[in-house]
Amino acid sequence: MGKEQKGPKTKRFGMVIDLDKCTGCGSCMVACMAENNVPFRKDESNKFLSLTWLRIYKLTNGKPFPDTDICYLPRPCMHCEGHGGHSPCVSVCPAVATDYSDETGIVSQIYTRCFGCRYCMASCPYHARYFNWWDPVWPDGMEKYLSPNVSPRMRGVVEKCSFCYHRYQLAKERIFIEGRSEVEEDEYQTSCAQACPARAITFGDLNNPKHAVYKKKKSPNGFRLLERLGTNPKIYYVSSREWVRRAGDNYLKGEGKLKESVQHG
Amino acid sequence: MDSALIPKGVKRCPLWQFALFIGAVSAVLGWGVYAMLLCWFKGLNQTNMNDYYGFALWIWADLAVIAIGGGAFFTGLLKYIFGKDDLKNIINYAVLIGFICYSSALLILAIDIGQPLRGWFIFWHANVHSMLTEVAFCLTCYFGVLTIEYIPLILENRQIDRVPFFHHLSHNMHEIMAVFAATGAFLSFFHQGSLGGVAGVLFGRPFAFREGLLVWPWTFFLFTWSAAACGPCFTILVTKITEAVTRKKLVKDNAIELLAKISGWMILTYIIAKTIDTWYWAKVLAPSKGLTMMDFYSNNPLYGIWILITEIVICGFVPAFILITKKGRKNSLALWIAVTLAVVGVCLNRWVMVLQVLAIPVMTFDIWAMYFPSWQEIATTILPVAYGIILIALSYRYLPVFPNEAELNPLEPLPVEDQEPSELLGDQERELIPAEA
Repeated sequence: MGKEQKGPKTKRFGMVIDLDKCTGCGSCMVACMAENNVPFRKDESNKFLSLTWLRIYKLTNGKPFPDTDICYLPRPCMHCEGHGGHSPCVSVCPAVATDYSDETGIVSQIYTRCFGCRYCMASCPYHARYFNWWDPVWPDGMEKYLSPNVSPRMRGVVEKCSFCYHRYQLAKERIFIEGRSEVEEDEYQTSCAQACPARAITFGDLNNPKHAVYKKKKSPNGFRLLERLGTNPKIYYVSSREWVRRAGDNYLKGEGKLKESVQHG
Repeated sequence: MDSALIPKGVKRCPLWQFALFIGAVSAVLGWGVYAMLLCWFKGLNQTNMNDYYGFALWIWADLAVIAIGGGAFFTGLLKYIFGKDDLKNIINYAVLIGFICYSSALLILAIDIGQPLRGWFIFWHANVHSMLTEVAFCLTCYFGVLTIEYIPLILENRQIDRVPFFHHLSHNMHEIMAVFAATGAFLSFFHQGSLGGVAGVLFGRPFAFREGLLVWPWTFFLFTWSAAACGPCFTILVTKITEAVTRKKLVKDNAIELLAKISGWMILTYIIAKTIDTWYWAKVLAPSKGLTMMDFYSNNPLYGIWILITEIVICGFVPAFILITKKGRKNSLALWIAVTLAVVGVCLNRWVMVLQVLAIPVMTFDIWAMYFPSWQEIATTILPVAYGIILIALSYRYLPVFPNEAELNPLEPLPVEDQEPSELLGDQERELIPAEA
């Protein structure tokens, strides 16, 4: 946990996701699972038990044809900053198994420290945290395809999106060897951002004017999920459709006409 | 066969009958232990919890037993610190019930965590910002205090008490019990409160989140208050059940009525505070997050507004009004109803603050999540109940839990020709011969 991050040298990695571009193809989900050794079971029909660090929600405006409209919304961990690094999950973890990095703004998860109380899951309104109800079991031979840079998690601990932090570590190693001091924008990208065929996901340092996310986050069509709660998330969404932007938060009747028309698909 | 262990001047059922009862309850205990082992060895996939319902039946049971076990600290506070001496006749039982509740809570927590062998991390890697850390420290320390409070009662067993060292130890522990009662009250204030804080600090969950004083949300104070108010009701309820099962009067009415009266006023003040808290939350706090009160009580098959009315009116104001009136306290049926409602009310409050919090969707496109526990969760939740019954039965049989029992239930003297030789001896000589009960 740390102080509010405002200094030019402090990084705040985050995303801008253009919902007008997202087709809901799921490439980002697949890339995330492959990159981060996210386990799965034979029967994944109960989505309350599936581990999906990045999950795509299907939103509809609830209107009948021909006015019906849908939107796919990818939801990774929001890496909330809260106030002064007090994100909802970090401040509640009793064993400091999850932490807010002052250097990067990334909310980490220390699997070997977590003892599985699941308080962080209860605190997260985005359902971005997942519990390992089972030990991971990989299909025969798949162990060889696991990423050597990401440790698989054991039964009984919580896991979540790390913004592919291992890639940041690798990028830092590279610049150290090359005698440079700054990781360039294209040297550290998350797997979901790279896998998106529509280029809907842009990843980078929200504090760095050279990074694309810096400008994109200021779009007049931008919003963040549940901003009113004070979670201060680092995932920005962009949509030209008003009902989609309204779906990002709760509004009283007088505040938002379209709140009741949004439905989960 | 075990008559030498039974307190003097009281009657107990035959050993075979007692053994049969313990055997039946032990079967239930065994079922719970089996389920517990399944959870430990196979993992929490044995439960019906999921990623929406990370907290479920166990955490509710945990919060509930700690709330109703609050009778121990509050009765101790009244007796030893505020000098309500009439409560000396029920304090032993209050401590025993508290001991059972808190040991059960610790056991449930040990089952509930995904990596039980890492449970000590909560102490070793403690995060001072987490309410759960405060819970763990205060709960563990208070369990130690309860153990210290329970030990003198064990030492008063007829045979143990004959050993001079234990006799004096017990006596001296009684002498300094006020220190432990004060420590217990202090620790309880914080762990009861921090359990309320567990829900109240969840600013990502607008149903639970509350503002507060310094680092403590209002739920912190409401939880402590409600435990102090309703815990004694559970002590009275269990005493009444024990009296019904044993078909004996065990505690004098003045102790019960005093406790009921204090509890009644505590419930009344608590429920007024709870009503104000609910009103502020519904009118100011939730709307500031874009939500109306009815958003939390509609569009789902279970959590309707009935739950709030039941908690505040039926299980709050009703028992409070019964218990603050002399007529209500003196009427046996009304007393039964009041203490039962108060216990149900506080348990319902804990349910709402754990399970309803997680059931409610926060994102506009999310859905209500419903949950029903697996048999393993139910069995492990019943396990502490069976354990509690066994510990109460053993304590009641072999320890002088109720100081008034002999006085309230005088044994009919046997004709001289039927008396055992021991009963014809003087007190000093009788000490050396096991008594018949």
